[in-house]
Amino acid sequence: MRSFQQRLPDFDARGIRIVAISNDPPDVNRPHRAKHGFTFPLLSDPSTQVIRRYDLLHPGGGPGGADIARPGEFLVDPSGTVRWVNLTESVTVRARPEEVLKAFDGLRQ
Amino acid sequence: MKRSWNGWLWLGFLLVLAGLLSYIPFFALFPITRDFPWVNLLLLAAGLALLAVGLVRAFGKPRLYHGGIFGTAMAVLSVAGAGLFCWGLLYEVRQLPASASAPHVGQKAPDFTLPDQDGKPLALADLLASPTTATTEATAGKRGGALLIFYRGHW
Repeated sequence: MRSFQQRLPDFDARGIRIVAISNDPPDVNRPHRAKHGFTFPLLSDPSTQVIRRYDLLHPGGGPGGADIARPGEFLVDPSGTVRWVNLTESVTVRARPEEVLKAFDGLRQ
Repeated sequence: MKRSWNGWLWLGFLLVLAGLLSYIPFFALFPITRDFPWVNLLLLAAGLALLAVGLVRAFGKPRLYHGGIFGTAMAVLSVAGAGLFCWGLLYEVRQLPASASAPHVGQKAPDFTLPDQDGKPLALADLLASPTTATTEATAGKRGGALLIFYRGHW
């Protein structure tokens, strides 16, 4: 997410809003966001209702066996249609901002 | 005759420790060393090789070199640590659910309303309807949709 913050001007220039979603409560997200200097919203889904609706629940994947979200990135167009998806197979391998920008620019052509 | 200090053992052990402890605070910060932990695996391999050389010396020429006992202890710890590292970073990190029913390209993204870091509700529909905070005239009012990044949370 640090890399997305660094490339935020490129997302702004294309009119793409970034949000990050986890099951952390706002009380955790507020200091976490300030500490890392994120300027996009961190949304909170403690009941994992939305995470489950997106089929991203990782049962027992969190500390102490808590249910958390598995990593996943979705590019949604202004009409609400999914245009690009990345579901990594490894926790350490995440989408890079360049991939998303390239996908977005490719869709425009 | 006075026995020599067995430097290979210590150097090897230090390299193994460096390999084990540098991933999370340093190499995981850069995609090129995070996606596949090759720097850490190289450090571990080099460390284990030096430990092996040191052990061969310690047991082969016990009259010349120190290290039979503490060298064995360091080697056992190192092999266990390297094994745990490999298990964690090559196997455990890949144990993710398949998420076969996650929204596909071309499908509608399920709408949601969730509180942001200040507890203020934000809906996907709002995100899609409102443009980014315009910084220049060129970007003002542009609507490019939204990027949803689901992540594992802050531990």
